[in-house]
Amino acid sequence: MAVRRTIVGIGSPRELEEALRAAYYLADAELSTAAYLALALGKPLLLEGAPGVGKTEAAKAIAGVLGRALLRLQCYEGIDAAAALYEWNFPRQMLALRQQSEGAGQIDIYRDEFLIERPMLACLRRPEETVLLIDEIDRSDHEFEAFLLEFLSDFQISIPERGSIRAYEHPVVILTSNRTRELHEALRRRCVYHWIDYPTPEREMRIIMMRASGVGERTARAVVAAVGRLRREPLAKLPGIAEAVEWAEAATLLNEQGARWPEAFRRSLGVVLKDEDDLVHVAPRIDAILVEAQA
Amino acid sequence: MIDTAGPIAHFIGFAGLLRRAGFAVAPEQTMAWLAAIELLGPTEIADIRRAAHATLAPPPERFAEFDALFDAHFLGAISAGLELEPSEDEPLHAAEDSLVGPEPIFGDEPRESGAKATAAERLSVRRFAPGGEGETLRRFARALPRRAPRRRGYRWRSARGGAGTDARRMFRDAMRHAGEFLRLRHRKRRLRQRRIVLLIDVSGSMKERTQAHLAFAHALVRAADAAEVFTIGTRLTRITRPLRLRNREQALATASLVVADWDGGTRIGEALGAFLAIPRFAALARGAALVVLSDGLERGDSTAMGDAVARFARIAWRIVWLTPLAADPAFEPRTAGLVAARPYLDKLGDGGSIDSICTQVLNLASERAAA
Repeated sequence: MAVRRTIVGIGSPRELEEALRAAYYLADAELSTAAYLALALGKPLLLEGAPGVGKTEAAKAIAGVLGRALLRLQCYEGIDAAAALYEWNFPRQMLALRQQSEGAGQIDIYRDEFLIERPMLACLRRPEETVLLIDEIDRSDHEFEAFLLEFLSDFQISIPERGSIRAYEHPVVILTSNRTRELHEALRRRCVYHWIDYPTPEREMRIIMMRASGVGERTARAVVAAVGRLRREPLAKLPGIAEAVEWAEAATLLNEQGARWPEAFRRSLGVVLKDEDDLVHVAPRIDAILVEAQA
Repeated sequence: MIDTAGPIAHFIGFAGLLRRAGFAVAPEQTMAWLAAIELLGPTEIADIRRAAHATLAPPPERFAEFDALFDAHFLGAISAGLELEPSEDEPLHAAEDSLVGPEPIFGDEPRESGAKATAAERLSVRRFAPGGEGETLRRFARALPRRAPRRRGYRWRSARGGAGTDARRMFRDAMRHAGEFLRLRHRKRRLRQRRIVLLIDVSGSMKERTQAHLAFAHALVRAADAAEVFTIGTRLTRITRPLRLRNREQALATASLVVADWDGGTRIGEALGAFLAIPRFAALARGAALVVLSDGLERGDSTAMGDAVARFARIAWRIVWLTPLAADPAFEPRTAGLVAARPYLDKLGDGGSIDSICTQVLNLASERAAA
């Protein structure tokens, strides 16, 4: 196991936590420990959690801290190697062949210029410049997951026309899952794992204050209380952190334009709850929830 | 790098403790954990705990249990309600049909004999008589290859038409013909039959039907490309192997020897939990069509049954629960276990006769399409 104690000057979980805060991401000690260990041990980082708890944001922040480009591979049902690894640029190969038949000499149509890199190949070829984010793997098929397992254990892929390509150092790979289905045990085993939960009210408030511009402390506190209350309701789509930040911003905006406090929250409710059934569900109690949250 | 003395043995001991408590911990995870501890240096216990969370990866719903074990092992805390072994009941056994031969598996487990066997676990051997539904099952076996649910494979095959063009093949063709494209080629994903996993309740309340159910299971295993059959009662037994025999009477006779808990009590929740706890079995349910033949009369803990079915719902493609009680059109699930499981089932259907079970299984694919 290749262990790197220090990566871009970060030598402990606390230093990573500091660096992430500078990148406007508030990580708790658990997340920064898991992320630091993943970087140091050269293992992929698997982040699981409900939608909207900041899994993708965490990946972006880590890429930012490392000063690397983020390559995002969004998974979907039916995703295949052509979307994840590479594709030949057939039209260009064709053109090159035509030119050759008109007498331009020999040409190798499997050169780099005819290869369209997809995220996984790009990350293998430039491991020190990139962070690979494989987003929402739970949406992909089991076959793709099995393929991913192979990729993550060897960091090597083979292109029949070119032979195999191997990363000369372990790339930084971050996987996220909404846990709509369970991932293969083998995949979890290979990764450093972190379950991101909804933040504590205290931390969520600090996130809102940091992310939203011009939101007052009382507003932030009320939003956190109300959102926390909404998350205990049986809703189809629970409000995430992004929704909480947007709600605080929207309500502040309406308030500046003259709407009074509980009213400003109620009118901007569409920013938090984006499902008709959910809105209908909370409608009878929303006033009580808002009054309680402001207290 | 790793010497087995002192603290390291203590850490490795924790991995062993986790395994005994039913957490899946691989040696490579233990190694990653040790490397992590070394990396973080001798600091606080909180760091060691965080490293354990990150590398040993307990499932989120078992965090509390994991932390309790951690405290017990490293801090010596005895927390209330923490039991490493399920207390009064014996742990539920899972049996494997590794022997197709004549030796019955039930005989060689000393724990089962005499006084140790609980009242609920009445082990008995059953003989199968050939059922009277021969013709129905023959029709089922003929229809299944066409109507079984399918999944899209990872590989492609050439096709006559459709949206996907096969650029790679066309290009290779063109190279053979001096760079001219002569025809448009298509491709599509190869289809494969989805695995069908059949769970048969063999408890006392299903007594009259188990025989017919096993005959159905035999027809299923013979006709399907991929099928697995387990019996559930007070224990979980895999009987796919014996059922592969061509001759039905032989197959049922062999299967009946493997199963040791005929007509005993019912601990469906625990049996399902045992199924999920064995990674090899759980992998069989992944993306599969799960068919349960049971009346859902649970003697054990009904929340265990709900939890297990919820986990199945996240793993399997579709869960169909066929109960003989649903033969009555006014049927509503009343037992606590079935009520707990109901929200996660794709269908709660009539399992009153072999005819209806055949129909339900043949309709797995078309109902999903309609839903």
